[in-house]
Amino acid sequence: MMKYAYFPGCSAETTGKSFTISTSYVADKIGVELVEIPDWNCCGTSAAALTSPELAVALPARSLAISERELPGLDVVAPCAGCYRSLKASLAYARESQENRDQIKRIINAPYEAKADVLTLLEVFESDDVREAITAKVQRKLRCLKVACYYGCAMVRPADVCECDNVEDPQQMDELMRLIGAEPVSWAFKTECCGAAQQMTVPVQAKPMIERIFQNAAANGADCIVTSCPLCMLNLDMREAEINAARVARGEEPFDIPCYYFTELIGLAMGAEPDEVGIGIHFHPAKTLLLQRELDALELEYAENEARAAEERKKAEMAAKIAAKKAEKAAKAAAAKSTDVAAEAEEVAR
Amino acid sequence: MSRIGVFICYCGSNIAGTVDVEAVAEMARTLPDVVHVETNKYTCSDPGQEGVRNAIISHEIDRVVVAACSPRMHEPTWRKLLADTPVNPYMLEVANIREQCSWVHKDREVATAKAMDLVKMAVAKVARLQPLHSTEIPVHKKALVIGGGIAGMQTALDIADAGFKVTIVERETSLGGKMVMLDKTFPTMDCSACICTPKMSEVGNHPNITVKSYSEVENVSGYIGNFEVTIREKAKYIDYNLCTGCGACETKCPQKVVNDFEQGMSERTAIYKMFPQAVPAKPVIDAAHCRKLAQGKCGVCAKVCPTGAINYEDEDKLTTETYGAVVFATGYKLIDWKPLYPEYGGGAYPDVITGLQFERLVNASGPTEGHILRPSDNSEPKDVVIIKCVGSRDPNKGKAYCSRACCMYSAKHAHQYLDKVPDGRCYVFYMDVRTPGKGYDEFYMNTLHDGAQYIRGRVSKIYQEGGKLICKGEDTLTSQQVTVEADMVVLETAMVPADGIDELAAKFTVGRDADSWLVEAHAKLRPVETNTAGIYLAGTCQGPKDIPDSVCQAGAAASKVIGLLNKDVLQSNPQISHVNEAICQGDGACVGICPYGAIQIVQKTFRENSRKVTRPVAQVNPGLCQGCGACTVTCRAGAMDLLGYTNESIMREVDALCQW
Repeated sequence: MMKYAYFPGCSAETTGKSFTISTSYVADKIGVELVEIPDWNCCGTSAAALTSPELAVALPARSLAISERELPGLDVVAPCAGCYRSLKASLAYARESQENRDQIKRIINAPYEAKADVLTLLEVFESDDVREAITAKVQRKLRCLKVACYYGCAMVRPADVCECDNVEDPQQMDELMRLIGAEPVSWAFKTECCGAAQQMTVPVQAKPMIERIFQNAAANGADCIVTSCPLCMLNLDMREAEINAARVARGEEPFDIPCYYFTELIGLAMGAEPDEVGIGIHFHPAKTLLLQRELDALELEYAENEARAAEERKKAEMAAKIAAKKAEKAAKAAAAKSTDVAAEAEEVAR
Repeated sequence: MSRIGVFICYCGSNIAGTVDVEAVAEMARTLPDVVHVETNKYTCSDPGQEGVRNAIISHEIDRVVVAACSPRMHEPTWRKLLADTPVNPYMLEVANIREQCSWVHKDREVATAKAMDLVKMAVAKVARLQPLHSTEIPVHKKALVIGGGIAGMQTALDIADAGFKVTIVERETSLGGKMVMLDKTFPTMDCSACICTPKMSEVGNHPNITVKSYSEVENVSGYIGNFEVTIREKAKYIDYNLCTGCGACETKCPQKVVNDFEQGMSERTAIYKMFPQAVPAKPVIDAAHCRKLAQGKCGVCAKVCPTGAINYEDEDKLTTETYGAVVFATGYKLIDWKPLYPEYGGGAYPDVITGLQFERLVNASGPTEGHILRPSDNSEPKDVVIIKCVGSRDPNKGKAYCSRACCMYSAKHAHQYLDKVPDGRCYVFYMDVRTPGKGYDEFYMNTLHDGAQYIRGRVSKIYQEGGKLICKGEDTLTSQQVTVEADMVVLETAMVPADGIDELAAKFTVGRDADSWLVEAHAKLRPVETNTAGIYLAGTCQGPKDIPDSVCQAGAAASKVIGLLNKDVLQSNPQISHVNEAICQGDGACVGICPYGAIQIVQKTFRENSRKVTRPVAQVNPGLCQGCGACTVTCRAGAMDLLGYTNESIMREVDALCQW
């Protein structure tokens, strides 16, 4: 049983509800226990950093300090990429020096030694144990589903805080998708900004940021986008309709690209019904594609079985032919031998 | 009892403006063993020097202190002067009361007190000095040039034309280096091959030049005038005495290999010449890819060779020769941009190419015979983006320095593209346009008139969509985001030192900077020498340069070599390390610290307490020692002494300073 301290963040019960539902579904299945940090508070997000640098460090540090006291020895998991970035930045600051830790202690009025790591859900899923557990629990592979894995900006940047060595082309989610049978496409917008909160403040400038993410996913043959960040999900899923309306008005083809959390798809592969993992509450219709791809997968499987059977028949025929030829040869040899024997006998007789 | 003369200089108002020179002189007269003190407005002038010479004779001075400018400036002048007098030139101490005193202080009182201290120290030190004498080092009248690019070839030709023998070591199979890959050279648009290949054949045919192609330096020992160098000539599997270079083998070889000369854009055979005009004009077998050598099957080349020159049993050959001087002309390579710039696709997009690939594309003897066709589908690109400073001026991802030639060759690329594709559009993303050089800015202006769109800003991302490469960047002059849909992107990537430079430079104890460029002895005044005597620099091994600058430096290095080889013997610098064998522990700490490899531990037999004892002691090679003094401070026993800067004389200086 793997156990982690769990920092849900503000989206867990609101905009990112299906992330929470699917995460707990998958965690249950694979034996990962997530213990919610008692009395956690807002991670501060971008607002705290704009207010004061001390606040940006201290707000997340308070939750981390509680976790250190109440859940000692457990690493902290923050599924929301924004929370992860805030917590991780605070952790990195605390780990820099004793001076920084003392400063945090003064502000939050509690000791904080920065012992535990802060992880994304993807990092938890990176371990061999979890991978094995997922593989063991997969009931149906999501074959034929072409996914564009979209990591967003917050899990990879700043690169030195997030300790990410591949900011342009991360692979963890792609590997998970392969594990459940889906086909990750290679595309160029994996870590591009979704516009984040700017979608609300300056939508005119920010809307094209979403559109070109859909654009690139479509151009690279993706059926859907898979995310690991509630804000990315919200921006893409909720605004796809607006973007499509604008595209239709301009005389362009609308997109039909549903978005999923990676945990939703893993849940599906483990046999969950779409509603069980929250797929029913998406803005953009997300079930039809899955049904269609399930049918495609069945058809593919049927075709593969046919091909395999045909191959086997062919092999059997060949084997039979070879056997027949061998038998023929043996018979001939036997006949020759018997005539030889007869001749010999005749000679002896003579 | 020594007789010290002290000569204090006003240096016009340079020293006298801040230091009370007469007060210093008054103090100096009270110092022990000082028999004469003199001040002068300009001691280094002819009358000033005459005054010093006369004073030495008339006061029977046997050691001299000059309190004036830095010894870096005029110590050689004073040494030269003393050589004409009864005083040994090394019985001299220069107190630097200008650069380290009058120029850095404003307070006259403080500066005068400091000048007094400096003079006191110099007097204390000079009293302890011993006469030193140079020895003579023979000079082998032969030079080694490492690298056969344009810089190496020019150096070799200049030295050879002066009548000295030269060996060029080139690790590729042909001379020519990078220049021969280029299509045209800025700003005159000469055909690069047309001016480079004649040089190659001149080098190949010069009676004084030996070309060792496909060879590398294996080992080095010795010192200026006497470098013993072992060269490894890699197995070519072809007897060059028999081979006529007919090329029959190349046409029949069945094995295809990626062609590095064409920057990976075409294929060559496993038995190959780098390019048709290669010098030597004979092929080698690429052992890693040859079917006969790797798998034991094939042997076609041996069958078709009319002279029987193929020898599959060939082995590397080692030769050792002695050279008087060595010139590094090891050149550069382009930075491997792929791992550094994943935002440009990291190599995933075939139509994002480097400048050198563009040179081959536009070259009439290149893979497309000079038609600009993009690698992915061989179509003519109608929109080309050129990005400058990829890896240069980018300390976060690449190098902090400017690669110097890129502004000009990117202007050349834009010009060539617009010339060959008249209906094409060319966009150049730049940070600055730096075109200092004869005819350079005119060339750039011309490219602008050709219609190249220069956009000031960097490209943040390149991605592929619908067969186009979408380049997103910023126009920093208008603060607008810019998106260009390109068919091909040319990255003008940074120059970095050639592979293996660290190991090679370490063999010769030549210094490198943080980016592994070789370091000259003085950035301004000794730009082609290294800190190791007898070793010189030419071309881009020292730092990014264009062709004219490389050729210029090659000529300068050659003239230094000619100057050296013209001497039959050299006067050694006597200010070198000296081992006090009586107290040397033989622990070798000095061996490890010596940057010139000048010290070794040897077994020596001594008579100690009327017994014969054999024990290890340090031995200094006087030809290699440059007198840096690192060993003297490392030696725990205090057995190492730098002649002219002995431990004792330095302690006397400290004592003098501490006597208030």
